[in-house]
Amino acid sequence: MFDFLDPQEYDLLGAFWVTVQLTVYSAIGSLIWGTILVGMRVSPVPMMRGFASAYITLVRNTPLTVIIVACSLVLKDTLGFTIAGETVEDQNFWLAILGFVAYTSTFVCESLRAGINTVPVGQAEAARALGLGFNQVLGIVVLPQAFRSVVAPLSSVLIALTKNTTVASAIGVAEAAWLMKEMTENESDAILLVFAIFALGFVVLTLPTGLLLGWVSRKVAVKR
Amino acid sequence: MTEANTAPPMIRMVEVDKYFGPLHVLKNITLEVPRGQVVVVLGPSGSGKSTLCRAINRLEPINSGVIEVDGKPLPAEGRELAGLRADVGMVFQSFNLFAHKTIVDNVMLAPIKVRKMAKSDARRTAMELLERVGIANQAEKYPAQLSGGQQQRAAIARALAMKPKVMLFDEPTSALDPEMINEVLDVMTTLAEEGMTMLVVTHEMGFARNAANRVVFMSDGDIVEDATPQEFFTAPKSARAKDFLSKILTH
Repeated sequence: MFDFLDPQEYDLLGAFWVTVQLTVYSAIGSLIWGTILVGMRVSPVPMMRGFASAYITLVRNTPLTVIIVACSLVLKDTLGFTIAGETVEDQNFWLAILGFVAYTSTFVCESLRAGINTVPVGQAEAARALGLGFNQVLGIVVLPQAFRSVVAPLSSVLIALTKNTTVASAIGVAEAAWLMKEMTENESDAILLVFAIFALGFVVLTLPTGLLLGWVSRKVAVKR
Repeated sequence: MTEANTAPPMIRMVEVDKYFGPLHVLKNITLEVPRGQVVVVLGPSGSGKSTLCRAINRLEPINSGVIEVDGKPLPAEGRELAGLRADVGMVFQSFNLFAHKTIVDNVMLAPIKVRKMAKSDARRTAMELLERVGIANQAEKYPAQLSGGQQQRAAIARALAMKPKVMLFDEPTSALDPEMINEVLDVMTTLAEEGMTMLVVTHEMGFARNAANRVVFMSDGDIVEDATPQEFFTAPKSARAKDFLSKILTH
């Protein structure tokens, strides 16, 4: 029944490993860029607020496929933008991550902004009254509490990201969905099994993420 | 002339106006607090006394007028304002201890981040202050684990850790259970006796009588009376103050 799963022909684990790498790098990048974005979004400087809200409106409402394909066709092929990696495969791998970071960070930012709203105004007032500057108030007092209150929503963003990485196959990154497309074409006899295997693969990746972060969320909750 | 006479008042407000939308909350307020003096601000709810207190370190920006702290006008938002706020201690009605940090970390935070004090020195000072307000044994707990009175004493220690020139108290006991009010007032009375310049917005008449040098009575955004506690409680001049006192002191 599983004869078609020839490890010589289909590198199933390798493909999922690429998915994991795409997810992890994109998640780290999105957390960093999303945090910077939310800092701009709540900043007292009107130009920063304007930039962040324009960026979020534009990027969040653009289909991910458009962003990923544009990273490859517009950034690389037309504008000649190069990123880490020698081969075309490496280039596209990192360009896909760039696209995922650009897109996912908007959701991270909006989750964090919701988290900031859960921090009582008095916390920031007390920090300002002690002489802390805007960046210190945000970085030491407000964001640490905001992060703790949005671990659960952020884990949803992370799960969505894990599944969104399948879009990278559109620019030829050999991750799980790319391999699935190849297998559905070559192994059409076992098509249901092929789908089941990939569905299961993603469940194996996302289920523990959700459970772990649910636990972390309860662990780090701020008591008031 | 002695130094006390030539030095500028610790707080000086001249013709300060503040609006919340159409509501005129501070009406042409002029008030001076000389150094070392304890001024208690009394008045009914909505009289503008909290706003007055919060305007002094610009947590509420004013619409017109001048506010000076230790001879220097309040700077606009930015680094300079942060510098001024570091010298003005503030205690809030709702304590506002940083909920994600332990009590001792709350007290150490600003000296380390603002004054750039070494961590070990900051910790030593913090523990001394917690000792002074009587909660050194709670140092490693989180704010939510303490009673209201303990939290407010921690908040006072946190403000004192910056070695402020003046302390502002914005209804420090209004959120406390009755049996916890005295432990906070005791700390404040000691502070007053040590010569700290204080502006205290409160409903605690006992504190006003015993610890204040001056009572300022506000009503509808105006300063209606400015007198010694003795004068104010025994012979209030205005009808509004008489009315206020009759409602409070009969119980």
